[in-house]
Amino acid sequence: MLWYVIRRLVMVIPTLIGVAIAVFFLIRVMPGDVVVVKLRADGAAISEETIQAERKRLGLDKPLYAQFADYMIGLAHLDLGKSLWTGESVLKEIAIRIPVSLQIALMSAIIAVAIAIPLGTISALYRDTWIDHTVRVVAVSGLAIPSFWLGMLIILALLSLFNWLPKIGYVPFWKDPVANLAVTIWPAISVGYRYAAVATRMMRSSLLEVMREDYIRTARAKGVWTQLIMRRHALRNAMLPVVTVIGLEFAFLIGGLVVTEQVFNINGIGKLFVDATARGDFNLIQGLVLLIATIFIFVNLIVDLLYGWLDPRIRLT
Amino acid sequence: MATIAAVPSAPADALPRQQSLFWQFVKSQPLGIIGFLVILLYVVCAFGAAWISPYDPEAIDFGAMLGAPGREHWFGTDQYGRDVFSRIVYGARTALAVGILSAVVGCTVGALVGAVSGYFGGRIDNWIQRVVDIMLSFPIIVLAMVVVAVLGKQNVGGIDTNLIVAIALPIVPKMARVARASTLSIVAMPFIDAARAAGFSHSRIVLRHILPNIVAPYLILVTAFIAQAILLEASLSFLGLGVTEPTPAWGLMLSGASADFYQTAPWMILFPGLAITLAVFAFNLFGDSLRDWLDPKLKS
Repeated sequence: MLWYVIRRLVMVIPTLIGVAIAVFFLIRVMPGDVVVVKLRADGAAISEETIQAERKRLGLDKPLYAQFADYMIGLAHLDLGKSLWTGESVLKEIAIRIPVSLQIALMSAIIAVAIAIPLGTISALYRDTWIDHTVRVVAVSGLAIPSFWLGMLIILALLSLFNWLPKIGYVPFWKDPVANLAVTIWPAISVGYRYAAVATRMMRSSLLEVMREDYIRTARAKGVWTQLIMRRHALRNAMLPVVTVIGLEFAFLIGGLVVTEQVFNINGIGKLFVDATARGDFNLIQGLVLLIATIFIFVNLIVDLLYGWLDPRIRLT
Repeated sequence: MATIAAVPSAPADALPRQQSLFWQFVKSQPLGIIGFLVILLYVVCAFGAAWISPYDPEAIDFGAMLGAPGREHWFGTDQYGRDVFSRIVYGARTALAVGILSAVVGCTVGALVGAVSGYFGGRIDNWIQRVVDIMLSFPIIVLAMVVVAVLGKQNVGGIDTNLIVAIALPIVPKMARVARASTLSIVAMPFIDAARAAGFSHSRIVLRHILPNIVAPYLILVTAFIAQAILLEASLSFLGLGVTEPTPAWGLMLSGASADFYQTAPWMILFPGLAITLAVFAFNLFGDSLRDWLDPKLKS
């Protein structure tokens, strides 16, 4: 097991390097000039020399291969360069904003799992009854409603029902849990709905499949109590595809967060990414894309490890 | 050897009558038909926008700012006095054009890449799959935003072609995966050996023998990705990275609805969002039915 984890971790490295190279080349083709945009932002007349000097300061005057070498050497030292806009280090810009985004992402994952597993199970158990139909309609809607619009509807509902708007500032959970949750719960729900919907659908279909298996029939024939069949035999086996979907959808979750943070004015990595894109701050874009891809790769690694725990037939060697 | 094993006999009157494909679909997939009808409604809106919408979607009327829905403006007006209903009807044009074009472009390129990867195998397959792996480790919207940042905007005939590229690119690896898997099972079939033995060129085998056999997954994924592309376009436009003013687009209409209007003009938020949701819902519904009908194996 330990050996497997180590090998998987080592296998992650080439993928990460590939991602880093892809991002670097994708971005350097950008036609806009950040320096010009940055310096002439207020319509000020800036001389060509100043622009050249700034470019030199940022290392943008070097040939592409030199920039690439700097970038890769920096990466090896976990140095992602400086934001071209604020001049702060990219790592610091990200570090400030990541707690709130990560918290919201985890909260919506928890909400999704907490809703999806019981709901999907009930839906499968009461197949083709009105309960099942209701659950399925709710789940299909979850795939269609844009998370940012759901966020706007939540704000609308809070405003018209309680005449109350979620506050904007983020307070760390350990300082004031109530104030923290009052800010983070709404985006977590908006993003989590889609997540829950996908997982519910998967839970339902996967459980229906498992219930047709021979070992379930055998258990029934032995006269095992239905609840025990579910707990001991069905649920655990049905969880495998659900876990896969939860892992894959985590990427979607981050994507949803990018848009939803705008709605709630949350200063997380999603907002940072949108700002960086709008400003053409490619050092920052580079760092953020790398971060998101890394999270995605590690989440999938964890999913793979969970397989072995859920289904001992899958040997992790 | 002379007699062919009898087809399991059924009473003559129970034999299925020859029905058109359309009616078979209607009978077996009632939900798909609902989705199809809603899609048809949007298509009619897109093509007949000029006749259906009562106002010019870009006409500014400060006399009618933030008007509530009523007899004159069915869905109310926005902060510039533009008719929300007309903008939604015209928005169907933007959504369908961008959604369909990018899904078709993305899936076509993806199908080709996947077919080539599966057909040649070996080193080519390995390299293509590594690139696909890398592309799949970006969330769709992240990849699209990078492309938007890299390419900027380029307007061709009223449509931002770079936006279509941005939305199509994340679709390519997903389609490539599915196309490769289908290709692998096709390559093992005797008719491919026959084509090879006949000395056909690689391009002919891929284009004439493999691609026609992956039409079913292709159609299913195109429909599914139209829904995602519409959602993605709306998200990008909402962020100010997609369609720009004054073009009517649903996501853009929502981004105009800043917090000030939540209480004074909730219709600015409700109707465009409903338009997006209904469109995505319809394409999902239709796509699911298409999948169940064409290829029940893909149901997982």
